[in-house]
Amino acid sequence: MNAPQAPQTLNKPAKKLSLKENYALLTRGLGWEPTYQDKDDIYPKVKFEGIKIHDWDKWEDPFRLTMDAYWKYQGEKERKLYAIIDAFQQNNGQHNVSDARYLQALKVFLNGVVGLEYSAHRGFNMIGREFPGVGAAIAAQMQAVDELRHAQTQIHALSHYNKYFTGMAEFPHQFDRTWYLSIPKSFFEDAISAGPFEYIIAICFSFEYVLTNLVFMPWMSGAAYNGDMSTVSFGFSAQSDEARHMTLGIEVIKFLLEQDPANVPIVQGWIDKWFWRGYRLLTLIAAMMDYMLPKRVMAWNEAWDIYFEQNGGALFADLARYGIRMPKHWEQTVKEKEHASHQLWCTFYQFRHAAGFPVWLPTAEEMDWFSVKYPTTFDTYYRPRYEYWRELEEKGTPFVNATLPQLCQTCQWPLLFTEADDPTTICHREETYLGDKFHFCSDGCHDIFRHEPEKFVHAHLPVHQIYQGNYFNPGVDPTAPDFNPLVEALKYMGINPGVDGGDFQGHIDAVNWERWTNKPANMHAPMQTQPPAHTDDRKTA
Amino acid sequence: MSVTAIRPGYHGDMKDTVDKFHANQILGISWDKHLMYATPMCIPVPPQMPFGALVEQVLPTLFGQHPQFAQIDWSKAEWLRSDEPFTPAFDKSLADNGIGHKAYIRFRTPGLEGLSGASI
Repeated sequence: MNAPQAPQTLNKPAKKLSLKENYALLTRGLGWEPTYQDKDDIYPKVKFEGIKIHDWDKWEDPFRLTMDAYWKYQGEKERKLYAIIDAFQQNNGQHNVSDARYLQALKVFLNGVVGLEYSAHRGFNMIGREFPGVGAAIAAQMQAVDELRHAQTQIHALSHYNKYFTGMAEFPHQFDRTWYLSIPKSFFEDAISAGPFEYIIAICFSFEYVLTNLVFMPWMSGAAYNGDMSTVSFGFSAQSDEARHMTLGIEVIKFLLEQDPANVPIVQGWIDKWFWRGYRLLTLIAAMMDYMLPKRVMAWNEAWDIYFEQNGGALFADLARYGIRMPKHWEQTVKEKEHASHQLWCTFYQFRHAAGFPVWLPTAEEMDWFSVKYPTTFDTYYRPRYEYWRELEEKGTPFVNATLPQLCQTCQWPLLFTEADDPTTICHREETYLGDKFHFCSDGCHDIFRHEPEKFVHAHLPVHQIYQGNYFNPGVDPTAPDFNPLVEALKYMGINPGVDGGDFQGHIDAVNWERWTNKPANMHAPMQTQPPAHTDDRKTA
Repeated sequence: MSVTAIRPGYHGDMKDTVDKFHANQILGISWDKHLMYATPMCIPVPPQMPFGALVEQVLPTLFGQHPQFAQIDWSKAEWLRSDEPFTPAFDKSLADNGIGHKAYIRFRTPGLEGLSGASI
């Protein structure tokens, strides 16, 4: 240990330490060598993944953040955030967002993303305990506090909407049980159940460093464009934490790669896996950006181009000196960026009766925007589909897919993606393992399974669980003559059938929005409801 | 390759083995070039069900709303099992047609390739 010692004096008060000295005391001075316990017993999970660390003191936190500075910064941010949330609530800010469709995006965020933040908090607490290096342990613990703060501030920022609109009250329940939220949930549980080094590469590097801009930048700009100052304020409050997490992500990967050349292929394998898992998860964000923001910031394909192809490309060019290459299958993501959001929205539309939010077809104005943003794909493949569905709606025979979808064993999305070079054929990959067949949405997900079949055979796929009879609430009698497994499954998932999902047209949120704001629930369409006749009581009194 | 785990010999439970499905087996099924159905379906079926019954009784409940479904000439339909072409015997059971638990089949209907030339 080469940590500086705090100055010792008898008479004079000690001089205030510099940040650098303070950080060194915190992250080096706090550690000790055990004398009566074997270090391997104290840190039992640090070796099995095959990562070799020779000198934990080489870990450098670029921010050199100390606890006193951390509390001070975070406390200031909290005060500002809650002042804005308070003002937002007092001014009925929930009625000043662009329209009632934007609220549906908030539901996806609350039900799908807040649980990720909380899971991240758990994961960082775990690795904070598992790393023998004090610098790394402190960084993990601070990030654990950050993630808990994010979950909490997101819940607080959105709780006000919950007083007025449906589908937000059961967010932890939905995160655990709703079919399309098994995608984020299983992503994080895969990371948490891996070893500490895989977890930190998965979350700090692959997700935070490579992909998180795609959640925060376009999404928070989207909130600003749509008048949601509550979410914007949360976003700003979290953004400086995210910047720190990203810096930590790059520090982590350089530290691992510099410690031992044997780490390089292991880390590359994790980058390949977690890039693909994170990318598949972000399909949810793609659909939210393109379809659920009434005032759009940029299209998903533009965001992918800027934040992954350009920024990510530069990053991997920089890492080439360690022998790290671009993540496997990245080329496919570039082809899919022209399709992914549309394919997911088509999926949500046909399963809208089983969604936790109402779904709509894009308006003519929105389809024209898609034609401009997606010139090679939208008019050829997706506009005709929406126009046909619109026609069916107008005839009074709207299209609904009442059957359950085939899910991918790895990412848990329905098999909704097409072959990279043939947008008219669903991509399906299959593997037989221990006599059972397993199905995948892509080569990326197939590869992940083939590397770790022992883990992924255990995946909890909601569709299979429904058919096994595990998706209904206690007290429900599956032998009763009127037992409807699909309706009971929705209740089990925390979705109130007939209220939470279905058509946006006539949905309770849309009706209430128009009643309370006298503005159309869909800003690109006429009012759904007849405005109440205006009578002025004063004149008749 | 195999998983790197804390304990040697780690293996997760096989979560979806056939014994858990109450005498049914799970079947994945999709109709090529008909992306009105954005994803393949997953349904429970008894393994003794004749293939013909799957076509005549089950498929209409899955795909019947598509205007081309009623026009299908099943004698000309092309079938794939695990993405490989195969010729089903309509009078034999799914099991006898080699369609086991968690099988995945697709069918193609030449001449009926979705609406508007857009594979809807």
